[in-house]
Amino acid sequence: MERTAVRGRLTWQVATVTSVTRETDSVVTIELDPPDWPGHRAGQHLDVRLTADDGYTAERSYSIASAPGEPVAITVERLESGEVSPYLTRELRAGDELELRGPIGGYFVWEPADGGPLILLAGGSGVVPLRAILRHRRRSGSQVPARLLYSARTLPDVIYRGELDQGYDRAQIIYTLTRSQPPGWTGHTGRIDQALLAEAAWAAEANPLAFICGPTSFVETAAAGLVGLGYPPEQVKTERFGATAGR
Amino acid sequence: MSPVSRGFQHLRRAPAAEADRVPPGQHMTEGFPVLSAGPTPHTPLENWTFSVTQDGQTKKSWTWAEFQALPAETVTADIHCVTRWSKLGTQWRGVPVDTLLEAAGYGARYVLAFCDGGYTTNLPVDDVTGGKAWVAFGYDGGPLPPEHGGPARLLVPHLYFWKSAKWVRGLELRDHDAPGFWETYGYHMYGDPWKEQRYAGD
Amino acid sequence: MDALDGNAIGGLLIDVFGTEMTAARSTCATCGDSRPIAELVVYRQAPGTVVRCRICGSVLMVFVRAHGAIGTDLTGLASLSRPDRPLSRRPG
Repeated sequence: MERTAVRGRLTWQVATVTSVTRETDSVVTIELDPPDWPGHRAGQHLDVRLTADDGYTAERSYSIASAPGEPVAITVERLESGEVSPYLTRELRAGDELELRGPIGGYFVWEPADGGPLILLAGGSGVVPLRAILRHRRRSGSQVPARLLYSARTLPDVIYRGELDQGYDRAQIIYTLTRSQPPGWTGHTGRIDQALLAEAAWAAEANPLAFICGPTSFVETAAAGLVGLGYPPEQVKTERFGATAGR
Repeated sequence: MSPVSRGFQHLRRAPAAEADRVPPGQHMTEGFPVLSAGPTPHTPLENWTFSVTQDGQTKKSWTWAEFQALPAETVTADIHCVTRWSKLGTQWRGVPVDTLLEAAGYGARYVLAFCDGGYTTNLPVDDVTGGKAWVAFGYDGGPLPPEHGGPARLLVPHLYFWKSAKWVRGLELRDHDAPGFWETYGYHMYGDPWKEQRYAGD
Repeated sequence: MDALDGNAIGGLLIDVFGTEMTAARSTCATCGDSRPIAELVVYRQAPGTVVRCRICGSVLMVFVRAHGAIGTDLTGLASLSRPDRPLSRRPG
C-alpha cells in the first residue's frame, strides 16, 4: 500500500482494459488490469496518458470508481469538445492497452477510521469518487451514517443509478435534478443551494465529515453552503473538476 | 517508450495545403483554448485606461472612450501558442501599437507589457512596431471576450502567443530587456515560433 | 475556464517532491492563509502550472517543465508542512 511513496516516484504502467461498461449515453466505466497496482484508497484518482502514432500525447486525471480491494476502474464522461474523453467513451474496448499511473491523492480520501457522519455532495460526474467511498464503507462494514446528495441534469444522466437505488447499507441517497424531471417526480429540483443543504445535510453539531466533488462552481457553492451551516472548513473536503468535468 | 493507443487520433494535423503556415512542433486547432495563469479580471470600462510609461512616469494615457476613438484596423493572423496549438486565420480588430507609441513619443529599445492581474511580458520595441502588433479589443467580429483577454489584449502574432498579453493595461518603455512573468520562470525572452524558441536556451 | 484545485496536480507534486503532497499544509507568504495544497487554486492550462492562494490570489507555486527538467518556484510560499511519521494504513 505504501509502495508508491517508498519508490518516491509514480511510474507509468500499461494496463489492459478488461471491460468497458456503458453507464449513461455519455458515460462509461472502464475496468483495468494494471500489472503493478499497489492498491488504492477511496477518493483517489489516476492519470491516463494516450499516445498517437506521431508521438503526440494527451494526459488526463480520472477518479477511481471502485473501492479498495475491487479491481481498479475509472468512470469517464464524454465531452464532445474534449480530446481524450471521446476516445475513452467511444473507441476504447476490452483488450486494449491504457497507460496510467496512480493511485494519486491523500487529501480527498476516506477510510472508516475517519468516522462520520458522512455527507457526500456530487455534481454530475463528481459522483465517481463518492461512489468509491460508499462502496468502501459498505465493504468494510462501517456503520457510520452516510448521505449522498447528488445533483444531475436529468434522471437518465444519473450515473450508477441502479446501484444507488439498491442502496449502500442504509446510506441515504438524495437526488436533485436541475434541468428536467420525469413526470410525477417528487424529488428535489434545481441546483444545490443553502436551503437544500439546510434540509439535507447533517447538522453541524453532529460533527460531520463532508466530501464535495464536481464542477468548480458547484463545489464552491456547496462548500460555502456547508461552512455557512457551521461546518468547520477543515471538515469540508473538496475536489474541483473545472468548468466541465473530465474532458 | 509509451505504446501507441490503438485508434487514438489527434485531429490536429495540418492539412497539406496549410502545412507551411504551421511552425515546427505545432498542431492546428479549430477551437480557441483558454489558457491562463490566474482568474479572469473584470475591470469596468469606466475605470479602464491604457498607458505608455517610462521611468515611472506616464507619458500618455487613454481612457476607454479615448482609446475607441483612435483609428483601428482589422487584422487576420495565424497565432501560435507555446503549448503547441496553432490557429490559422484568426480575425481581430485593434489599434496598432505604432499609433500608441508615436502618440506617447518614445526612444526605447524594449517594452514590458503590464496587465490586470499582474501578468507581464517583455518584447523588443522593434517587434511591436512596423505594423507587427496591436492592442486588440475585437475578435471574430465581436468584442473580445473576457476569457480571451477582453476588454483588450496585446496582439503580436509573429511571436508565441504568451507574448500577446491578455487584459493589457499598458507598455512600460525600457532601455534593457527584463523578463516578464513566464520569461522569469524559464520561457524564452524572444519567442520566435519558427525557431521553436519556447524555453530559455532554445 | 474555471480553475482547478491542488488535487489536480497530485501527480505533478509526486514528480517534484517524491511523495503525495496534496494533504500537505501550505502557508501563503503574502496573507498568511494556511490550508492543504489540495485546496489551493490551480491553473493548469498555461505554459506552466500556477498555484495561487485561495484567499488573496497571490502566486504560491509555479512549475515549468522544459529541457528535461521540472523548474519549481516556491517564493510565494511562507512554508509547507507534512506529518512527520509515515501514515500507517494497516496496524503492525
